[in-house]
Amino acid sequence: MKTKTQTPSEVLKPAKVPAVKIFGVGSAGVHLLDAMDKGEFTGAVFIAINTDSSSLEASSASVKIQLETKLLRGLGTGGDPERGHAIAEEQFATLKTACEGAEVVFIVAGLGGGAGSGISPVLARAAKETGALALAFVTLPFTCEGNRRQQQALQGLDQLKAVADGVICLPCQKTFKLIDENTSMLDTFRIAGGLLAESIWGVWRLFTRPGLIHIHFDDLCALVRDRHSESAFASVEASGPARSREVVEKLLAHPLLDEGRALAESNAVLVSLMGGKDLTMADVNRVMEQISRHCEQAQIIMGAAVDETLKNRLFVTVIAAKQNVAPARLPAAAAPEEPSEQEEISRGLGARPVRDIAQSPSLTMGQREQLLSGQSRSRARKARSGMLQTQLPLAIISKGRFDKSEPTIHKGEDLDIPTYLRRGVPLN
Amino acid sequence: MFDASNIIVGLEIGTSKACAVVGEQNADGSLNIIGLGQARSRGVRKGEIVDPTQAEEDVRNAIVEAEQMADVEIRNVYLGVTGGHIRGFNNRGVHPVVSADREISEDDVQDVVKNAKAINLPMENNIVHAIRQHFFVDGRDGVANPVGMLGSRLEVDVHVVHGNTNRLQNAIRLVKGLQLEVDDIVFNGLASSLALLTNEQKELGALVIDIGAGTTDYIVYAGGVIQHTGVLAIGGDHVSNDLAYGLKVPLSRAEKLKLEHGSALMDEESKGQTVRITNELGLPLKTVNVGHLRQIVSLRLEEIFQLVVHNLEQAGLSDYLRAGVFLCGGCARTPHIARLAEPILQMPVSLGQTNSISGLKSALDQPEFITGIGLVKFGSFKTRKREGGPSLAQGIKGAIANILRRS
Repeated sequence: MKTKTQTPSEVLKPAKVPAVKIFGVGSAGVHLLDAMDKGEFTGAVFIAINTDSSSLEASSASVKIQLETKLLRGLGTGGDPERGHAIAEEQFATLKTACEGAEVVFIVAGLGGGAGSGISPVLARAAKETGALALAFVTLPFTCEGNRRQQQALQGLDQLKAVADGVICLPCQKTFKLIDENTSMLDTFRIAGGLLAESIWGVWRLFTRPGLIHIHFDDLCALVRDRHSESAFASVEASGPARSREVVEKLLAHPLLDEGRALAESNAVLVSLMGGKDLTMADVNRVMEQISRHCEQAQIIMGAAVDETLKNRLFVTVIAAKQNVAPARLPAAAAPEEPSEQEEISRGLGARPVRDIAQSPSLTMGQREQLLSGQSRSRARKARSGMLQTQLPLAIISKGRFDKSEPTIHKGEDLDIPTYLRRGVPLN
Repeated sequence: MFDASNIIVGLEIGTSKACAVVGEQNADGSLNIIGLGQARSRGVRKGEIVDPTQAEEDVRNAIVEAEQMADVEIRNVYLGVTGGHIRGFNNRGVHPVVSADREISEDDVQDVVKNAKAINLPMENNIVHAIRQHFFVDGRDGVANPVGMLGSRLEVDVHVVHGNTNRLQNAIRLVKGLQLEVDDIVFNGLASSLALLTNEQKELGALVIDIGAGTTDYIVYAGGVIQHTGVLAIGGDHVSNDLAYGLKVPLSRAEKLKLEHGSALMDEESKGQTVRITNELGLPLKTVNVGHLRQIVSLRLEEIFQLVVHNLEQAGLSDYLRAGVFLCGGCARTPHIARLAEPILQMPVSLGQTNSISGLKSALDQPEFITGIGLVKFGSFKTRKREGGPSLAQGIKGAIANILRRS
């Protein structure tokens, strides 16, 4: 059996492609796998795993594994992760054999259903046991898919995080920012899949192309491990003489980074630059300077690489992860819809008497912080955004005359909000 | 009849008022302010037009008033622009002198300035001003006018003020809709500084902060040239809004309270002092604590100054301002504002006074008309230059608004 072989010699010869196996787990995972351009991942083995035979038949993956028991009669898990989990445990040996020989295992799955949420954690464990590094790329379901799927997805995510070396997670809800009213279902899923594929491609390049400043796979894993469930990522490219500037502009405008706000809120950022032979130090410097200016609190890991095919183009991948800031996140998500609404209402009521900053005792520490600092307020809001669609922080402080005008933002502070409120000066 | 070429009109479409200032240029070049028209502005927020119909009406009223007062017909205006989208930065251009005798010609100067202006702006932005600072001949610093000098390499530093084209066009279109010609657009901060500063002060280094209703524009001179400009989209409107929010009164009432009782400093006697708000019938509505009012005002103004100081420190200019700081704009009327600003800016702060301009006393003494007067002064420099008059010490002759050509 192969052991983990991230040996020094490999780092010195980074052009050598490590043995990578890419698993698509569950129907969504298999779809995502199909959507990826196989030509770009030279040397990688694509493996589709599902309980449902029909989805496997349609897949173009080179290896297909159907986890089958008599219980299921070839019909899949029926959206129950417990079943998916049980089957995977039963067929653990099969999974382990499939992982054999790989140094790095990518797991691509859509969480929320039975197979994706149930099998992925087991697969990650199997990969670990064969000595490979396991990195998972998963999507969380759309909010409209319902609470149960959301919960299952979060559970699956937690399990996955416990076993995998790293999890990069895309909440599908975020793709709403990329689409308009008229986008069809099909296109929406394609966009979400495309984003995930893009990030896989970005990570893939991180350690397959010769790196001038090499990012170790371990660096990446350390970055995404133990962080909040949402790591934001973005890949952008630009060409021409002004590419470094253009790249930064595109990054800051990227919807998945919340127009750059995700950068400000993250506490660890991985930046990978890739250019042709003409990549200059000035380019790298300019991009890094801009990015580090936007994420002052973050630990930044940076890598630069040269790909001869990328003539005159600059390709930047950014993965921003933030620490788990909301310990109350899980109970809030697990609770049914009504209590969370009530909570919203009670927050609204609690906040109303605060106009004079005479803080009512019912405010929790977090709410107090929200009131006192614009920055932390937006961070708290972000942390919740995956769970419920709340608009409360906007309602707490009305901007009066400037309600409808373009906000004046300076270093994350909304200057339209009265100064005395932002500084927490009491009037008494 | 008057000679139309002598009449210069500055038009500022501000957040609190639209204001037209009519100036007359005498044969000796001195300026005389002969008319002033203003109207309450309703279609502008943070220095930018949000309701063109309202704004157009207000501008028309201001122009009509100014026409009546000065007894002239206004055809052309110099238009002041501002807004949070406007930025300034310094850039350098290089040009090799190719002529055989190595003498720098006027064409070389044109070329080097053109090079300096060829900057990487975002697509949607346009240059408002490109102001020459210094020339360098073969790396030698501090050449004011290189024409006729010998050298092989000519460089120039320019200060470029640029803004979003569409937003600038909004104001220009509005004025054109009133059958007026826009001679040029001028950044409000630049206009104010022209009205306030003497050449000596520019040489020593000075900061002008124009705190209007919607925006705070600031501009830094050092060594006789413009070194830095900036706009903060905060102003007196924010003070009123803060008051309306903090004292729980309507915005119009907050505005009135600000004018009657506002002060930049908290003094002991105002603590606990109250004023009663009455409705139009004289019945008491509520009581407002003056201490709170002043604290809210003071904090907001303090923050504005802090933001300006922070920006200057980033630009590394805080040590060059030996002539001090000059305030103008409506907010400069706030009592004790200079005393509030001094410890923050750590420089002598005074209210700006227009100089070397004669005319209406009522217009010249008001801090809120200084931008309008500055626009007229900008226009007078322009016309003098066009007539081939004496060269401009102010170094604004490079100012070009190519945006006009596009429209």
